[in-house]
Amino acid sequence: MSGPATRGARLARRIAAIRGGVGRRAVIALPYAWLAVFFLVPFLIVLKIAFSNIQLSMPPVEPVVTWTADHVLQLRLHFSNFTFVFGDRLYLAAFANSLQVAGVSTLLALLIGYPMAYGIARAPGTWRNILFLLVVLPFFTSFLLRVYAWMGLLGRSGPINALLMQLGITHAPLQLLQTDFAVYLGMVYSYLPFMVLPLYSAIEKLDLTLLEAAADLGCRPTKAFFAITLPLTKEGIFAGCLLVFIPAVGEYVIPALLGGPDTLMIGRVVWDEFFGNRDWPVASALAIVLLVVLSGFVLLLQRVQAQEGDA
Amino acid sequence: MNSVVARAETPARAVAPYVRIDRLTKRFGDFVAVRQVSLEIQRGEIFCLLGGSGCGKTTLLRMLAGFETPTEGAIYIDGVDVTQVPPYERPVNMMFQSYALFPHMTVAQNVAFGLKQDGTARPEIEARVQEMLALVQLDGYEKRKPHQLSGGQRQRVALARALVKRPKLLLLDEPLGALDKKLRERTQFELVNLQEKLGVTFVIVTHDQEEAMTLASRIGVMRAGEILQVGTPADIYEFPNSRFVADFIGSVNMAEGRLVEDEPDHVRIECAQLGGIVYVDHGVSSPPDAPVSVAIRPEKIQLSRERPAQQDNVLQGVITGIAYLGDATRYLVRLPTGFLLRVTAPNVFRHEERLQHDECVWLHWHASSPVVVTR
Repeated sequence: MSGPATRGARLARRIAAIRGGVGRRAVIALPYAWLAVFFLVPFLIVLKIAFSNIQLSMPPVEPVVTWTADHVLQLRLHFSNFTFVFGDRLYLAAFANSLQVAGVSTLLALLIGYPMAYGIARAPGTWRNILFLLVVLPFFTSFLLRVYAWMGLLGRSGPINALLMQLGITHAPLQLLQTDFAVYLGMVYSYLPFMVLPLYSAIEKLDLTLLEAAADLGCRPTKAFFAITLPLTKEGIFAGCLLVFIPAVGEYVIPALLGGPDTLMIGRVVWDEFFGNRDWPVASALAIVLLVVLSGFVLLLQRVQAQEGDA
Repeated sequence: MNSVVARAETPARAVAPYVRIDRLTKRFGDFVAVRQVSLEIQRGEIFCLLGGSGCGKTTLLRMLAGFETPTEGAIYIDGVDVTQVPPYERPVNMMFQSYALFPHMTVAQNVAFGLKQDGTARPEIEARVQEMLALVQLDGYEKRKPHQLSGGQRQRVALARALVKRPKLLLLDEPLGALDKKLRERTQFELVNLQEKLGVTFVIVTHDQEEAMTLASRIGVMRAGEILQVGTPADIYEFPNSRFVADFIGSVNMAEGRLVEDEPDHVRIECAQLGGIVYVDHGVSSPPDAPVSVAIRPEKIQLSRERPAQQDNVLQGVITGIAYLGDATRYLVRLPTGFLLRVTAPNVFRHEERLQHDECVWLHWHASSPVVVTR
C-alpha cells in the first residue's frame, strides 16, 4: 500500500514548501518594505506635489484632494507645472546640459576607469589587493569634504596654480574653479570608483585562455582586446556607465561648489525651485521628468542587454 | 642508454624532422619545468607527450604554441626557427583543454575567427567554415552559441576552429579529457581518422596512457621536465627503459634482483622477492653484480594447476585475490616469500573450472617476457 504513504509524504513536502515560502518571503519583504517606506511613499508625495499648485501656506502647495463645503470630494490635478517645465527654454537647456555633462563625465570615467580596472585585475595577487583598496579609499572620507578639498586645490592660491606658476607654465593664477573643467574634474573624480568596481569584476572574470586562443588563431593583442576582451566585459561597462551616469545627471553638490554661476544643471535648478523660489510644484515636476528620462535610459540598456543575451 | 634490448635502430630517416626541439629548457624562477628536452617529430605523425601532472608536458606544448618563451634552446618547425616568433605568427594552432571557445560568438564565427585574422576573402571563409563543420559533423549548428552545445559538440567546434587554418602543426591539450568514457572512445577514433584525412602533424598532451596508446604513432614519456623514453606504443609497453616507464604504462610486477650470470644471449638474475633465479633470454648491458629490477607484465604470467614442463621461471603460489572482469580475470598470487604477483588471464572458454581463492597454483612465464631495467 503505497497510496497513503506517498500522499502523506506529499503533504509533508507541501507544508515544508509553504513554510520555506513564508521564510523566504519574510526575508524578501524586509527590503521591499524599506523601499516602499523610504522610496515609494516619498516618490508618491513628490508626484502629488507635481500636480498641485503653489499657494502661500505651510507647506506652500494646494492640497490635491479637498473636501469642499458642499460635501464634494475634489481631485484637482494641475498639469500646468509640466507644460511650464516643457515650455521654458531654461529648463530644457538645464536638462540638455545635465545629460551632456553626465554623458561626457561617464565617457571620461570609462576611458580612465577601464585601463585602471584592467591593470588591477591583471596585477599579481598582493598588488591587486592594495590597488583595489586605493580605489575604495576615497569612500573613507565624506563626499562633501572631498569636493571641498577640490575647491582648495583648484583655487586661485591653491597648490595647482602655485605649481603651474612655479613651472613657468603660467604667470598669473588661472581661473580653474567655477568652470566646466572643474565640474568635469569633480564628476570624474567622484564617480570613478563606481566605474572601476563593476569593470574590475567583469575583467577579472574573463578567462585568459580566450586571449591565448585568439593569439593562437593569429590575432594580435590590440585586436584581441577589441574582438574578445571588450565584448566579454560589456556587462561591466553597462553597469559602470549606469552607476556613473544616473547620479551624475542629478548631481547637485559638484556643480554648485565647483561650477560657475552659469553652470546650469538640473539638480541645481530643482534646488533653486524648492528653496529659492519656494515653488514646490515646479520643482517636483522637474524631479518627475528627470526620473522618467533616467528610467527610460535604464530600460533601454536592459532591453539591449536582453537582446544580446538571446542572440 | 641502459636499455635491456639491443634492437635495431629505427630505420634511417629519409626526410629531415618536421618539428625539431633542440635542448629546450624552461625555468619559472627556481623551478625547472622543462629540462634540456630534445625531440624530433616527423610530418604527419601523432606524437603524444605522456606524463603525470607537473611533469612539464603542458609547458612544452605551450612553448610550441608560443605562449611561453623558452629559457634555453630552440624550436624549429619545417626548418624555420620559431623560438622567438609570437603565437599569432606561428603556423601552429592549438586545441585547448577547456576548448576556449569564444562565448559571445556563434559556432560559425568561432571557426571563422582564425581565417578572418588572415584577411581571407569572405566567400572563401564561408566555404572553408562549411567544409570544416561538415568534417566534424556539425553542419546545421552554425548559428548556435557555445553554451547551447553539449561537451562533445564543443570539442568538435574547438577542433574545427584549430584545423580550419590548415596549420602545419596542431597541438592538442588533453583533447578528450572533458568527455565521458563512451564519447571518448568514439572520439579517439574520429580524431585519428581526421588526422589521416588531413595529414596534419599532431602533438597531443595527455596524462591518460590509454588515450596515448590509442592515438599516438609515437609516445614521449615525461617525468620532472625530462623525456625518459620515446617510442611507439608497443615499444614503450614492451621495452620500457626504466622502472618509471614500466610502472607508468600499464600494470607491472616489479621485483629487485642482482645479476649473477651475464652472457650476451642470456642472463640470470637472483631475485629474493621471487624466491630464486629468473632466467632472461636476452643480454643486459649492465655491470655484473649490479642491482637491477625485473619487470613482468601481469598478462605474460601463466597460471596452471599442473606443474608446467619448462625448467626455468617456474614458481608456486597461493591465490589471494580474484577480480573477474569479463574479458579477463585478474589474480593476486602470494609467493612463499610473501611477494604478491599480479596475473591477468584471458577468459577464453565460457565453461571452465576457474581457479579458486586460496588455491595453490603454478606460475610460469616465457624467458623473453621479463624486462630488466637498471634505472
